Amino acid sequence: MNFTNFGRYLLLLKAVFRKPEKFKIYLKAIFQQMDFVGVGSLGLIAIISTFIGAVMTLQIAFQLVSDFIPKTIIGSVTRDSSILELSPTITAIVLAGKIGSAISSEIGTMRVSEQIDALEIMGINSPGYLILPKLIAGITMVPVLVIFAMVLSITGGYLGGTLSGAVTPAEYIQGITTDFNPYTITVALVKAFVFGFIITTVPAYEGFYVKGGALEVAQASTRAVVVSCISILACDYIVTQLLL
Amino acid sequence: MIEIKDIEKSFGSNTVLKGISGIFKEGLTNLIIGGSGSGKTTLLKCMIGLHTPEKGSVQYDGREFIDMNFEQRIEIRKEIGMLFQGSALFDSMTVEENIMFPLNMFTDHSFKEKLERVNFCLERVNLAGKNKLFPAELSGGMKKRVGIARAIAMNPKYLFVDEPNSGLDPKTSIVIDELIKEITEEYNTTTIVVTHDMNSVMGIGDYILFLHEGKKFWEGSNKEIAHTDIEELNDFVFASRFMKAARKNF
Repeated sequence: MNFTNFGRYLLLLKAVFRKPEKFKIYLKAIFQQMDFVGVGSLGLIAIISTFIGAVMTLQIAFQLVSDFIPKTIIGSVTRDSSILELSPTITAIVLAGKIGSAISSEIGTMRVSEQIDALEIMGINSPGYLILPKLIAGITMVPVLVIFAMVLSITGGYLGGTLSGAVTPAEYIQGITTDFNPYTITVALVKAFVFGFIITTVPAYEGFYVKGGALEVAQASTRAVVVSCISILACDYIVTQLLL
Repeated sequence: MIEIKDIEKSFGSNTVLKGISGIFKEGLTNLIIGGSGSGKTTLLKCMIGLHTPEKGSVQYDGREFIDMNFEQRIEIRKEIGMLFQGSALFDSMTVEENIMFPLNMFTDHSFKEKLERVNFCLERVNLAGKNKLFPAELSGGMKKRVGIARAIAMNPKYLFVDEPNSGLDPKTSIVIDELIKEITEEYNTTTIVVTHDMNSVMGIGDYILFLHEGKKFWEGSNKEIAHTDIEELNDFVFASRFMKAARKNF
């Protein structure tokens, strides 16, 4: 059964990449989706990233009680954890809930109200028209949001650490600037690209093949978020294993 | 003209269409009628490619549709207009954007030209000035009329209509029926209407194909239907006491 779903998912992706009927209309849809995925998620990602950075710094400070470990380590650990794991993964899981459920509901509702059939009858490649703009928005805007999350998470760590007195500003800044490996950014952006692909295509698949009514659309939306989150975590492991 | 030959379609072990054939001529309002579950909508979906029949052929003016690939089908579909049972208007677009959508996709006309066409279509369905309304702001009858306006925006050669009267009051149903009939004659389209509304059958049925349990049971015009002896057809068309009494006057 899962192989059947995976096969149908691949066939849907093949249809998504057919030549667009009119590039100008697709371009407009891409910008609209970039606004929805990127700009529309900035506030949520900002709040979550800042708090996660702050809490992480406090917890690291709480656990590093040895006099033999310099406090600058707190900044280093916060930086690497934020860049490599927390910013890409937490951002992706939050977006899977916010963007994924919206995509699945939108496409699923269009399916059950025959709007997708109407597109097909007009001679429009419905997978391409409905999914390609979302996919392009996902793979471009999720990396941007992840960079934004990295910056705010590290900033949040600074605020949390210094305001609580767990670490001094100088120690924290020395920590985040010592032994920085730029390759970690590359790994994070590869993850963000893969997650952007999952966040948009998995919910689109779930919505596209909905049968029934409102209840089935809601179930597809839930399934889309669950499958997206599991796929994100599995791909997180695979990408980490491959690149580190 | 659309010709279907020996169409067969099954869903699992359930055979819905059992060798349906028929010829739907241009300039006529062709009706596919039958009870619930008789295969009307499935036949329509086979004709427009939303379902693939296991057997049979569908020819649009001699062009075999079923064997066509995606790109070839697009050329036929540009000649098709369709009104869906639930109208299938795009919720997030205004009436104007809905009607302009196929024009945006397939023509290089200027915005002014497209707007003129939209306004013409809206006037044709008696909805002039409703350009900026959203589907949620329209009544059921208005949605159907916008659906017709969108269907005729590209000057279709073939017009498909699925249950045009469902959910409408009798007066609005007659308005929609008359509109379909007028458009068919005006543009000489090959119009195929799936319905089980007896007012439509008697009012606009130039050619009627009656399906029963997945088979073609009868074909003819609305003038002939009142004088048939086929029990299944009479049970369907003249089911109510009112229709039985009215039959004597046909």
